[in-house]
Amino acid sequence: MQSGAPLLELRGISKSFGGVTALSSVDFTLEAGEIHGLVGENGAGKSTLMKIIAGVHTSFEGEMRIAGQPARHRSARSARDAGIGMVHQELSVVPELSVAENVMLGVQPVNRLGLVDWPGMMRRARALLAELGIDVDPRVPIGSLPLGLQQLVEIARVLSSGARIVILDEPTSALSPPEVEVLFGLLRRVRDSGRSIVFISHFLEDVLAICDRVTCFRNGRLIETAPVAAIDKGWIITRMIGAGHEELEAGYTGEIRLDSRPGAPVVLACEAASGPGFREVSLEARAGEVLGIYGSMGAGQLDLARALFGRTALSGGRLSLDGRPLALRNTAAARRAGIAFVPESRRSMLFAQEPVYRNVSISILGRISRLWVKPAVEREIAQRQVESLGIRPPSVQRRLGTLSGGNQQKVALAKWLTHLPRVLVLSEPTRGMDVGAKEEVVRIVRGLREQGIAMLVVSTEPETVLSLADRILVMKRGEVCEEFAGGTVSKDRLLAAA
Amino acid sequence: MSTSDSAVLPRNGGGLRWLRGQLRNIAPFATLLVLVALFSIASPSFATLDNVANIARQVSVTAIIAVGLTFVILCAEIDLSVASVANAVGIMVAFFTLQDQSVNIANFPLPGAAAIALALLGSVALGAVTAFGVTVIGIPSFIMTLAMLQIGAGICAMLVRGQIAYAVPAPIELLGSGSIGPVPWIVVVAILVLAIGHVVLSYTRFGRYVYMVGGNREAAEYSGVNVKLVLAAVLIISAVCSGIAGMLGVAHFGSAQQDEFDNYLLDAISAVVVGGTSLFGGQGGIGNTVVGLLVLGVLNNGLDHVRIDSFLKILIRGLILLLALVINVYAQRLRAKA
Repeated sequence: MQSGAPLLELRGISKSFGGVTALSSVDFTLEAGEIHGLVGENGAGKSTLMKIIAGVHTSFEGEMRIAGQPARHRSARSARDAGIGMVHQELSVVPELSVAENVMLGVQPVNRLGLVDWPGMMRRARALLAELGIDVDPRVPIGSLPLGLQQLVEIARVLSSGARIVILDEPTSALSPPEVEVLFGLLRRVRDSGRSIVFISHFLEDVLAICDRVTCFRNGRLIETAPVAAIDKGWIITRMIGAGHEELEAGYTGEIRLDSRPGAPVVLACEAASGPGFREVSLEARAGEVLGIYGSMGAGQLDLARALFGRTALSGGRLSLDGRPLALRNTAAARRAGIAFVPESRRSMLFAQEPVYRNVSISILGRISRLWVKPAVEREIAQRQVESLGIRPPSVQRRLGTLSGGNQQKVALAKWLTHLPRVLVLSEPTRGMDVGAKEEVVRIVRGLREQGIAMLVVSTEPETVLSLADRILVMKRGEVCEEFAGGTVSKDRLLAAA
Repeated sequence: MSTSDSAVLPRNGGGLRWLRGQLRNIAPFATLLVLVALFSIASPSFATLDNVANIARQVSVTAIIAVGLTFVILCAEIDLSVASVANAVGIMVAFFTLQDQSVNIANFPLPGAAAIALALLGSVALGAVTAFGVTVIGIPSFIMTLAMLQIGAGICAMLVRGQIAYAVPAPIELLGSGSIGPVPWIVVVAILVLAIGHVVLSYTRFGRYVYMVGGNREAAEYSGVNVKLVLAAVLIISAVCSGIAGMLGVAHFGSAQQDEFDNYLLDAISAVVVGGTSLFGGQGGIGNTVVGLLVLGVLNNGLDHVRIDSFLKILIRGLILLLALVINVYAQRLRAKA
């Protein structure tokens, strides 16, 4: 080992997926004993880089050195053997197994007979947890612990497999503030023992609080690395969204006028509503207004949207529609109340085996038929939607599964437009769409707004909310933390609030 | 065969693709034709009008059970309690009927109409218990109906206590073992139940919901369909169909006793699946079930005509079912690709 060489060094890393460049000539260094923050928008290239480091992507241009030695992982396993461990946002613990078994997963000590050495495993797990200052009983099933502790145990597992570099992907998104403090304590102890941590996060305060250095990514490029003492949140946001980097983002980086309508009648109101993933949310959706709810992944806005459609039950708080109390026992009740919902995943919205017209008519079947179905009426209604939304090919008899993704998306929307709902909840309405399709969605949403529908647009992408919403709520760790109404807003202010 | 727009002409996909998509419906029908041809050649007594009537009579009880089961399987659930519920309801109707002196059962004689009504109510109640377990408590239907299978057997045992009852109410006696002219009433009832099942599945809103819930349960939920209500309904429909089959079956066999429907669980499931209704839900229908019933009926009856080792027959039936399952899964994949 050369003295003075950084623990991990990457030179000229480029990676593309089928002609789309994900990373272009990135130089990145990770020193021994540092916590290094990685920030950037979705698709900026951070995940791709980390997957290269962790051996998930094995074909790329450029070179990698670990402690001065050239390294080239052939697999995730060889990366692990080289001392690189990763903790994903979705934890990969086995809930039914004990803490000790989870810590020692894959490296269980065995006795001479080849059986698991239980006392030895307990002893080693206990020692490791004590060393890291994690105060849990190694015998309890990990599933019975709060999420924050589970995460600490998973970090312990990565360390127990001998990792010198630990990559943490959004480690704080699901944690409460005290849990974050405990996590930070652990990370500092790991750093002080000479190991290094890559800390990927959308929570800029957290990045500033724990990291020693921060690297910003944008559009597959490493923009700048700086010691945390020299920078602040504004510095990061400027580099993340690229001030002065007009082109596509012209409309978003600039100030956007919010056209909120405080005088419009409230259609759907939500009072201190709590449920799985969100707490004490109060909001009002008004007629002819698009209410945007922005938050990063796991902030709870997608969970909130599902609860507003009766998919999950509220554990507290109240809903009301047109001033009358509303109880949503199931999605059928929500549909009858005039609430419509387009979920983030098209697959969970459409029937691939069925013809287009049946996909369109399913949610209005109760209106056009009491007992007998009327396929001729269904086809006629669907035909009108197919024409007005420009669905290609324009045949309502085609099996839905044969349509392209963008056209399926339009069918998903068409389901709710045949009989206009009172409230339309759109979850990630433009995810994965190209620019043209996005503009089409904007056009459709504007048209619906003119017709007086109360709309909620829920997204983890600031552009989506900014391009559609008249008023914006920002959610963070399950709670609404800021509202933008009237005046103007810009992407950097939205990101700063989240 | 199925209700899923087989009338729609193939579009730019081409004929081959269309054929592949229809494999589910074509294969069982081809199997039926091949079996009929084989047995007709092998035995002169097979292809006679008398024997056609025989086959129809032999599959009638299975047919009534299979209608309810088709609803359940279209929803991508399963009901293993059908035969047991049929047995229990058949015994119930006998339990409420005055029996001969020689029958030593502590029963509870009622007028015929009341006995029938109570037995039907019993089938609804059994179905409701299953529905409650599956939709409210959240027990997988496979396990819940397994428990119901045992409960049904228990009811049978408690009511007859090892005895055999013979008398059933007059209308049941007529429908189960009487005939109008040359046509047995039970065949008429079976055709009627099949027809009603087909109409409900193909032409009513509820039927559409059944297909949608089976095709993509999450999407049905997100479309505002009351999925639990649909699942509860199909489980109750299945129990009622079983109940009707049980009552008529008791009259048809001439006695009500424990374990007399044991073969019908496998037969009914085989009929639905051999016919091509997808075990993954959402595709198939009563048309498929009719073909499946005929394949099974022809097979059982035909094997009697060609004088095969009766032990081998059991194995042959198992192999046919396996083949149907292979085709079922394979058709699913082809259609997903088509």
